[in-house]
Amino acid sequence: MEENRHIISVLLENESGALSRVAGLFSARGYNIETLTVAPTDDPSLSRMTIVTTGSESVVEQITKQLNKLIEVVKVLNLADRNHIERELMMVKVRATGDLRDEVKRLAEIFRGRIIDVTESIYIIELTGECSKLDAFIETLKVTEILELVRSGVSGIARGESSMSLNGHKSKKNN
Amino acid sequence: MELTGADILVRCLRDEGVKYIFGYPGGAALHIYDALYKQDEVRHILVRHEQGASHAADGYARVTGEPGVVLVTSGPGVTNTITGIATAYMDSIPMVVISGQVPSHLIGDDAFQEVDALGVSRPCVKHNFLVRDVNDLALTIKKAFYIANSGKPGPVMVDIPKDVTAAVAEYHYPETVSMRSYNPTLRGHSGQIKKAAKLLLSAKRPIIYTGGGVTTAGGEQELRSLVRRLDYPCTNTLMGLGCFPANDPLFIGMLGMHGTYEANMAMHDCDVMLAVGARFDDRITGDLNKFAPYAKIIHIDIDPASIGKNVRVEVPIVGDAKLVLADLVATIEKLELEPNYDALKAWWNQINSWRSVDSLSYDRNSSKIKPQYVLEKLYEVTNGEAFVTSDVGQHQMWAAQFYRFDSPRRWVNSGGLGTMGFGLPAAMGVHLAYPDSDVVCVTGEASIIMCIQELSTCKQYDIPIKIINLNNRYMGMVRQWQEFFYDRRYSHSYMDALPDFVALAKSFGHDGVLIEDPADVEGALRDTMKRKNDLVFMDFITDQEENVYPMIAAGSGHNEMHLSPKAESDEPAPQERELA
Ligand SMILES: Cc1ncc(C[n+]2csc(CCOP(=O)(O)OP(=O)(O)O)c2C)c(N)n1
Repeated sequence: MEENRHIISVLLENESGALSRVAGLFSARGYNIETLTVAPTDDPSLSRMTIVTTGSESVVEQITKQLNKLIEVVKVLNLADRNHIERELMMVKVRATGDLRDEVKRLAEIFRGRIIDVTESIYIIELTGECSKLDAFIETLKVTEILELVRSGVSGIARGESSMSLNGHKSKKNN
Repeated sequence: MELTGADILVRCLRDEGVKYIFGYPGGAALHIYDALYKQDEVRHILVRHEQGASHAADGYARVTGEPGVVLVTSGPGVTNTITGIATAYMDSIPMVVISGQVPSHLIGDDAFQEVDALGVSRPCVKHNFLVRDVNDLALTIKKAFYIANSGKPGPVMVDIPKDVTAAVAEYHYPETVSMRSYNPTLRGHSGQIKKAAKLLLSAKRPIIYTGGGVTTAGGEQELRSLVRRLDYPCTNTLMGLGCFPANDPLFIGMLGMHGTYEANMAMHDCDVMLAVGARFDDRITGDLNKFAPYAKIIHIDIDPASIGKNVRVEVPIVGDAKLVLADLVATIEKLELEPNYDALKAWWNQINSWRSVDSLSYDRNSSKIKPQYVLEKLYEVTNGEAFVTSDVGQHQMWAAQFYRFDSPRRWVNSGGLGTMGFGLPAAMGVHLAYPDSDVVCVTGEASIIMCIQELSTCKQYDIPIKIINLNNRYMGMVRQWQEFFYDRRYSHSYMDALPDFVALAKSFGHDGVLIEDPADVEGALRDTMKRKNDLVFMDFITDQEENVYPMIAAGSGHNEMHLSPKAESDEPAPQERELA
């Protein structure tokens, strides 16, 4: 069966055990997690999680159903089903000496990255965008040496009117 | 009035209507035990191993439909309950497990008897809680009971640090609780039910296949009305036995790995399948690629995740089995739908020809005690009215096949997890729930040893269950697989150095009888069942190499059953049938 990339948004109670339940669910049932991000929302009692996973339609259907079964999960939405925006943040520490200082700076500008820390031999560049843009930037950085790299994982949000808050867009929740 | 956490907990249990808790004390639970000492409304049953506590609570829950309650101490107390919690989880049994935890300030320090109770139980509970503040205790207990026994039921653990049980707070037990993140769907979607009614009534070769979910929902009357209204064949899973009466002619037996020939053949050939409160477990379906190749499937379940998990479903309906079945019957009436009687007649002819194979037949002239015979006689002697618990193995399958359950919540076994050691403690819970009824535990000599210590609990509380030990001196089910699939290499499946079970029972203060001759079986059962106040351990020395038939080997289809040597000679030659 065809494996596709899915981006699943989860609204859940901001409680200490909730994250480990989600992580445990994925490992116990053999679902893969490409990225997972979680942080509180404007409502401090709720956290918003974004999970990027790949799987066939039936696997992703099971993932959303199993997530819904977790008592602390309030809503689940597969953003891949709708028009949405996704972003990821990356910080990358690269060697920047001699001619490379200008070259790396130019590359960062092309990708609309920002240099956020500088030493005589090093830049730290911050870049936000879709995963593919981050991947492409990493590819171009092969001109120099990447010393360290950190990515935040993907966050996503649906376009338009619908909103995944408690009173907003209704996604079915049952157990 | 302000109360300590321990007193609050016990009040909560009382106000929740809890009659029994099954437990075992230890350091982190001592405040709670002290609170129990000061009252006599909630009765504590002291088991001999925490696994026994969780199985006993489970047995209680299975026959009453009320959550079973367990109380244990931290660390080893918790880990010892895990097998029982997982057993309940797999079979969707409501249970609340209260565990003591080390004091809050020591959590995470590898303190004495500290274990991460939430962590070790997480994969096998419906939910769990750590109570950090005594002011949250009562609400948490209310939530635990609510979650355990609503939607798809399951075990819930509440872990309480020792200091929380000492701290004081105002006691108030909430009457109800609502949670924004937990709202099980009970009513089925009416459009889907209409679709289901039409599909079901369009069938030429229908089958109704139901599981434990019907028991959980209390939907047996609705199921019976539906099946009888339509005259459709009905089969139950191991977990669903009793929901449809085994003695009704419309019942075609249990299905699955050790199901009847007629049930499995009908599952294979059906064109419309209505599955209710069943989850298409691998022991039911066999090889999924060969499963019900012509069937359009309607699936009713309270758990959306169970629908479409293993098989493709034409009409999914999320909801409570009782409510949806009632709506389905009403819809059929309203739409004035009638079954296709001609097709149905041909279908029943086919099913009856499968039935004539008599797939549960066994050698009735043997000089050895046949386990099937013991169970047939048990059924007769108890008028089919006993509560029957079982362990896991061949004896479990024979009990399911030969004790013909006519009502739900009578058959108590570990279906999903297959936990040896379940039968005896579960029977204790059943007896406490129904002290005036006959309770028998059908077991094997390997399984019974796993929780044998509970004979001591039975002594302390005068629990007069009857133990039917089908003693074949083998881990029979393991041996059977080794006979079939490992060329009779009986690797470590022989029970060497068995105890003298009669003497063992006596040493615990009970009685035991040894039965070695088929001629003595019935008399021994009659004598024993008359002894209403005694626990009697009946040790039946059975035919060592008897096998459970029919059998669908893992990876086979429903139409590829191993039949017993006798039934095989009755099997009709495969005929060409027009199926589409
Ligand atoms: C706790 C546990 N360990 C192992 C097994 C695997 N197992 C399934 S049946 C069985 C043999 C049971 O033997 P016995 O209790 O004598 O029953 P019989 O099959 O002979 O009727 C075993 C070992 C199990 N189900 N549960």
